[in-house]
Amino acid sequence: MSVPFALLGLLEREPSHGYDLKREYDSLFGRDKPVPFGQVYATLSRLARDGNVVPGESEPGSGPERKQFTITPAGRENFDRWLSEPIEPEPHLQTVLFIKVVLSLMLGRSAEHYLDIQRASHLQRMRELTDRKRRDGLVDALLADHGLFHLEADLRWIDVTAARLSQLALEVNS
Amino acid sequence: MSSTVIIRATDVRYQFGETPALRGADLSIVDGEILAVMGPSGSGKSTLLHCLAGILVPKSGEILYDGVRLDQLNDDDRSELRRRAFGFVFQFGQLVPELTAQENVALPLLLGGMRRHDALERASGWFERLDLSGMEQRRSGELSGGQAQRVALARGLVTQPRVLFADEPTGSLDSLTGELVMELLVGAARRDGTTVVLVTHEPRVAAYADREVVVRDGVVTSLLAGATTP
Repeated sequence: MSVPFALLGLLEREPSHGYDLKREYDSLFGRDKPVPFGQVYATLSRLARDGNVVPGESEPGSGPERKQFTITPAGRENFDRWLSEPIEPEPHLQTVLFIKVVLSLMLGRSAEHYLDIQRASHLQRMRELTDRKRRDGLVDALLADHGLFHLEADLRWIDVTAARLSQLALEVNS
Repeated sequence: MSSTVIIRATDVRYQFGETPALRGADLSIVDGEILAVMGPSGSGKSTLLHCLAGILVPKSGEILYDGVRLDQLNDDDRSELRRRAFGFVFQFGQLVPELTAQENVALPLLLGGMRRHDALERASGWFERLDLSGMEQRRSGELSGGQAQRVALARGLVTQPRVLFADEPTGSLDSLTGELVMELLVGAARRDGTTVVLVTHEPRVAAYADREVVVRDGVVTSLLAGATTP
């Protein structure tokens, strides 16, 4: 889960309110998938419970919760540790892609057809990201690049698999 | 973009000696579109491009360009059509090393009979458009890979061709430089309404196109999720 640490990181820069944190999170990390308000407040409560942040006094004003949150030394330490750890490289061996190919071969459906439409769908998404990259600023461009490289990796896998379907069919049906 | 088909290939077959490269390729290209032709090495995608561009003549099948049977023209007429209507960019710029960058860009105009002064002047306009100002007098050995490829792109576009054929135009470049070349290529093509046939095995390059087809074992497959084929 990266939302708690992302919020913690934003708080390390400066104390902030839930509403501002959500806005900042969305503009940096959540363009395709904004984080719900509820999740922000629930996350902040948990961070406070675990001693990573402290809430300030409730402030007068509209809206449900006007509290400023500040990161604690422990929170800073936890954040630093999280930041310096590599994330688990996932082998992705059990992705839906793989399962669909194997099941197609096992059940006598056309895995090649599936891979073709999957390739087209991946490329369509890559076109959208490329468009976004060309239109928007560097933050969006780099986010789009991240997506593009991952999709490209999938596509390589699709091509290699497509070239070996008959061999794979023999193995899964043996 | 109109939906007029500018090139139509029907049941195109080609072989190198005994080895078949195209085994009945069918493809329609719409005027003004940017089409990526993808496929593994040896699938026939470059052979297809060469047939579409009138560089190779298919052993059988038809290539129709703007109502003209390309495969039935004699060599001279085909060359003339290529020079008039098509532009080319290849993987390794293939600039003439003895000429300056500006002369390289002017070359297709000179071959088309334009006066040297006019050709050089027309060529010079492309240096600014492709972010190459100041490079006019350099020879290919004095250009970086990305610069040389942009000069090659300028040479491909200087005659304002209706169709630009690009065979792995970023194949020899790193990703960032390749992206810059694609940006410029797509930008120039869109502005002038140039049709682009882009052969590439790189999905990130193909993603600049409007749609893609895949050549596999000498046959074109175009199963497009959500996209339309003419």
